[in-house]
Amino acid sequence: MKKLMIFAVLAVFSASISGQGYVPGDEARDFRLKNVDESLVSLADFPDAKGFIVIFTTNHCPYAVAYEDRIIEMDKEFKSQGYPVIAINPNDPETYPADSFENMKVRAQKKGFTFPYLFDETQEIAKSYGAKRTPHVYLVAKESEKLVVKYMGAIDDNYQDASEVKEKYVANAIASLEAGKQVAPKETKAIGCSIKWK
Amino acid sequence: MNLFLAMFVSMIMKNLIIFFLVFVPLVVSSNAQEVSEVNFEELSPWLNKTNDTTYVVNFWATWCKPCVEEMPHFMEVASAMKDEKVKFLFVSLDFPTQKESRLLPFIEKHEIREQVILLNDPNSNEWINKVDAGWSGAIPATLIYKDNSRSFHESSLSKEELITIIKSI
Repeated sequence: MKKLMIFAVLAVFSASISGQGYVPGDEARDFRLKNVDESLVSLADFPDAKGFIVIFTTNHCPYAVAYEDRIIEMDKEFKSQGYPVIAINPNDPETYPADSFENMKVRAQKKGFTFPYLFDETQEIAKSYGAKRTPHVYLVAKESEKLVVKYMGAIDDNYQDASEVKEKYVANAIASLEAGKQVAPKETKAIGCSIKWK
Repeated sequence: MNLFLAMFVSMIMKNLIIFFLVFVPLVVSSNAQEVSEVNFEELSPWLNKTNDTTYVVNFWATWCKPCVEEMPHFMEVASAMKDEKVKFLFVSLDFPTQKESRLLPFIEKHEIREQVILLNDPNSNEWINKVDAGWSGAIPATLIYKDNSRSFHESSLSKEELITIIKSI
């Protein structure tokens, strides 16, 4: 009984640590969120995908907007290789009306998003993943029926100017996965807009 | 001789016009501060001063709503502590292309007297950890330090929180 108690305490403790979000190597959870076309989307809906480029992003954040065209390009390039983009807006529209579900539809239409743009209304998914800012990318890959975080952080090393990019972190990570090599770097940081929590 | 005199007078007049065109507007607009654009290496000395002054370094941008909301707290504390050894620095992460159209008008409109620096160093993965290893990169973020004692906050700060941190550092 005592052992069970210790186990329970440890389980609660480790759950609270994982509440901080994922680190590379962690198993990523699936979700079921509303897409801009009103359908519900899960990662399980893509049985043929090898992995996903999950991007927490918003309509309003200038750093996220600076990456919109590059996100569309990534989806075009990597969807056919088995790694589609899944964009998720976790922001609280009470504080940022520009990030409301209706405005997500407008933005997706205007930019011609080729990927699902999902609304994390309860912010549960952003909290599970540990997204801190937008844009914040998680590259997950399927490994024996599990989703494993392979890379997290920035899309590349220059938010200002796509033509000045020297290192494409996400693209390089996918190339490493495809070549059966270790992903490096596994994690990067970038300036971004803080997510407004409810 | 008269010709020379006429030329001389005309030269003086020209210079006077130049004087009024160039120098007078400079004096009149001297309230609005100059904002220098730096890379991280150039910013770095500001984050590592070793003297008995407390430095409050706030990372912000004009488009960052929580940053703009907390800025009055910083300005109030700065003016309340103007006789103490506390120095404020606002590090803007605005897009350099928007310096003239957004940043400078914002500084003028909100009458920001504390020093503002524009950090233009897009490879932020290289330098975020050098500000603080715990920083995710989200703004607002504030580093408060005196010599070796450092306190970093990836969140908005109230006036009271700011004062408490400055006094405890």
